[in-house]
Amino acid sequence: MILDLIIVAALLIGGFFTLVGSIGLLKLDSPMKRLHAPTKAATLGVGSLLMASIVNAWAHHDGSLNEVLIMAFLFITAPITANFIAKVNIHRRDTRDPLPQPPNDDIWATLDTPPDRSDG
Amino acid sequence: MIDLALNFAFVAVGLAQVLALVRLVRGPHVGDRILALDTMVINAIGLIVLVGVKWGTQMYFESAMIFAMLGFVSTVALARFVLRGDIIE
Amino acid sequence: MSRLLPHPLLTLLLVLVWCLLINSLSLGTVVFGALLGLLIPAATAAYWPDRPRIPRPLRLVSYILVVLWDILVANVQVAMIVLFKPNADMKSNWVTIPLDLKSPEAISILAGTITLTPGTVSADLSDDGVALLVHALDAPDPEATGNQIKDRYERRLKEIFE
Repeated sequence: MILDLIIVAALLIGGFFTLVGSIGLLKLDSPMKRLHAPTKAATLGVGSLLMASIVNAWAHHDGSLNEVLIMAFLFITAPITANFIAKVNIHRRDTRDPLPQPPNDDIWATLDTPPDRSDG
Repeated sequence: MIDLALNFAFVAVGLAQVLALVRLVRGPHVGDRILALDTMVINAIGLIVLVGVKWGTQMYFESAMIFAMLGFVSTVALARFVLRGDIIE
Repeated sequence: MSRLLPHPLLTLLLVLVWCLLINSLSLGTVVFGALLGLLIPAATAAYWPDRPRIPRPLRLVSYILVVLWDILVANVQVAMIVLFKPNADMKSNWVTIPLDLKSPEAISILAGTITLTPGTVSADLSDDGVALLVHALDAPDPEATGNQIKDRYERRLKEIFE
């Protein structure tokens, strides 16, 4: 009974946060702002759904833990995808606010053009 | 009770998928489209997991795992193509 | 010893992942997982000669717990911002965080932590690796946000890695 309540709560939380992530993706008005909503909300949302799946498997079936793998994979890859998309936005100058200057009169790595390679 | 919560989750994730699709079509920047695709992949994983819970089977674990891996790799490949004009240098 | 087990943690991780993939803890699975855990690090040892050094691994556990708690709390905050705050009221800002950390592993963990805790995304590293560029969704005071990140995460990572 308590396990059923946990499953229901995890399903509700998961559905809610997944939806909030996509609402943010649609509602927010600049590319960098849009990056915030889906990368987090969706991670917690799907993580919660996987939690429901684990508890359900232990409560009503043989029990399994392999959803943990998907969860770990999503949590490790989410920052990497977010970073790559931020780099794309910076590279194409699609950010609305101008970038601040890094200390030491340096340049941000994405904007640093590599030296010409002589194609051989 | 679980069935009700399952139905809610199906509707919520499905709606999220539609909203992400709208952003994918509207753009306007390349970064937005890549982000929308990535969100859709994550939502699809959620849907697959929900199907697994509903039918009480472990069969869908592999497909969810492969979706997660392919989604990550394709997002990175797309972003890298935009960044460098080349994927494997 | 070091030739047989070039990456002991990796071996352990491989056994664990194999058991989770097969979804069982029978003797055969563990033995085959151990075999893979011995063969794969030995076969790929040439490609990663450096082992990340973690002087205080126990503190890493408490760090992970702190981060998980922050993810939960901040997710609710960001959900509220996304749902109820109009776009014009959001003060999204760039935050520059000067880094005290030196080791690449620590910097990537810090960047990952910043991205996973909602409200901030780490976007770029300066060319010489001394500053991190972070985008904040709703930060009226960028300085305060930067100091908070430095105090809460970077200080702990410095204790773990240096």
